[in-house]
Amino acid sequence: MRQVMTGNYASAYGAKLSRAEVIAAYPITPQTSIVEKLAELVSTGELKAKFISVESEHSAMAACISASIVGARTYTATSSHGLTLMHEVLMWASGARLPIVITNVSRAMAPPWSVWADHMDSIAQRDTGWLQFFCSSNQEVLDTTIMAYKICESRNVMLPAMVIEDAFILSHTSEPVDMPEQEAVDSFLPSFSPELKVEIGKPMGFGSLVKPDQYMEFRYKAMLAMKAARERILRVEKEFKQVFGREYGGLLENYRCDDAEVVLVAAGSTAATAKDVVDSLREKGQKVGLARLRVFRPFPHEEFRALASKVAGIAVLDRSYTFGVSGAFFTEIKGSIYDCPKRPAMKNYIAGLGGRDITPKILEKIFDDIQLFVKRREETDVEWVDVAGLPRRWH
Amino acid sequence: MTKSYEEIPLTPISNTPSTMNMTGLWRAFRPIVDISKCKRCTICWKFCPDAAIKLVDFVPVIDLKYCKGCGICSAECPAKCIEMIKEGIE
Ligand code: SF4
Ligand code: SF4
Repeated sequence: MRQVMTGNYASAYGAKLSRAEVIAAYPITPQTSIVEKLAELVSTGELKAKFISVESEHSAMAACISASIVGARTYTATSSHGLTLMHEVLMWASGARLPIVITNVSRAMAPPWSVWADHMDSIAQRDTGWLQFFCSSNQEVLDTTIMAYKICESRNVMLPAMVIEDAFILSHTSEPVDMPEQEAVDSFLPSFSPELKVEIGKPMGFGSLVKPDQYMEFRYKAMLAMKAARERILRVEKEFKQVFGREYGGLLENYRCDDAEVVLVAAGSTAATAKDVVDSLREKGQKVGLARLRVFRPFPHEEFRALASKVAGIAVLDRSYTFGVSGAFFTEIKGSIYDCPKRPAMKNYIAGLGGRDITPKILEKIFDDIQLFVKRREETDVEWVDVAGLPRRWH
Repeated sequence: MTKSYEEIPLTPISNTPSTMNMTGLWRAFRPIVDISKCKRCTICWKFCPDAAIKLVDFVPVIDLKYCKGCGICSAECPAKCIEMIKEGIE
């Protein structure tokens, strides 16, 4: 049934349809209406779950970990400073191999204080061992939440996942969302039954101390699991399409890339705008495409290498900046294609920090710029877009 | 010899509770309570980070199997009735 809802409600309904059994959340800012909606669904009995209000996001994740250890399907949502406060326990969740799913409403980090869209919070968690899905629509947010549980809970993965939606542009903006039937979701996503869990009368400690001669083997296993997640993501999406009729393009969605000379790489809501820009530039005869980075962890190496062999230039839009380097997407994509026989020209565009609008006009200019860059490389390959005081005009 | 990564669980599992971990062996200093001066305020009991203090009629009894000898109880006792003495000296 189609309904009009915000990205936050799409997240909440995604967790509800997945039958999350324990939801632990910090209820105050930077929290969003996601857990407010879930608390309501729990209080009316529509969702049979235990809702635990805690005193911090660090505690929220600690509670999710404990619940997951006893075999409950768990969920929480957070944003910006809440996510970074969770950092330590995010590592614990992946190391203990618990398939917890969370939504992060991606926002800028302070100072300067901000509550608007930016990917810095999510990017700062890239080494925590979590799968990371960047969504471009509210429908994708709901569908990805359901798929994430199925991906993560499979025996050869058993890692947690973060579903990322851009603050306000998705989180507080209403869009039509097709709400799947509960029965259909139930048969798509069976209940969580881990091989190993703590039970009454069977006490255990998860993630206990090991000596240097044992540590690496556990990390090696997690590495294999992250590798296995790649195939699992593709398979689950295929199954999802069969049942619900929707698909999102795997780890890296190629949009009109087949005969493209240059492509833009973008993630999140910007990627949705970029599709319209690609369409209008195509009408004008420009051979441009969009590669939407949907899954950042595991990183789509193979997809980028395939793309690199086809195009002359790649523009990478990062909505975050790693000081002293460049945008994170840029560095990783570059590293990924280093030993490809054919390496396209690559330029990084830092844009939209702290919720600054990334307009179709700006994206058009990025496409113009990368086409010039392919012909005549400049000294710098990292450009800050739309910063007051810089000579280039973007509007 | 370490087991192959294929033979180990996903994450290290311990089957023994933490009460099997005799942290008292770590102790270099031992807390001695002068019960005659104790005000029964229970502050030491609240502060012990190892829950090694039990209360009997509001008087602390230290479980030396677990007491690590950190000295927090001694520092926090307002009546100054917990003395830390070096282990091995009676
Ligand atoms: S010395 Fe430390 S561990 Fe021992 S009883 Fe006092 S506070 Fe507890
Ligand atoms: S803190 Fe000192 S006075 Fe208070 S109960 Fe403990 S030993 Fe007694």
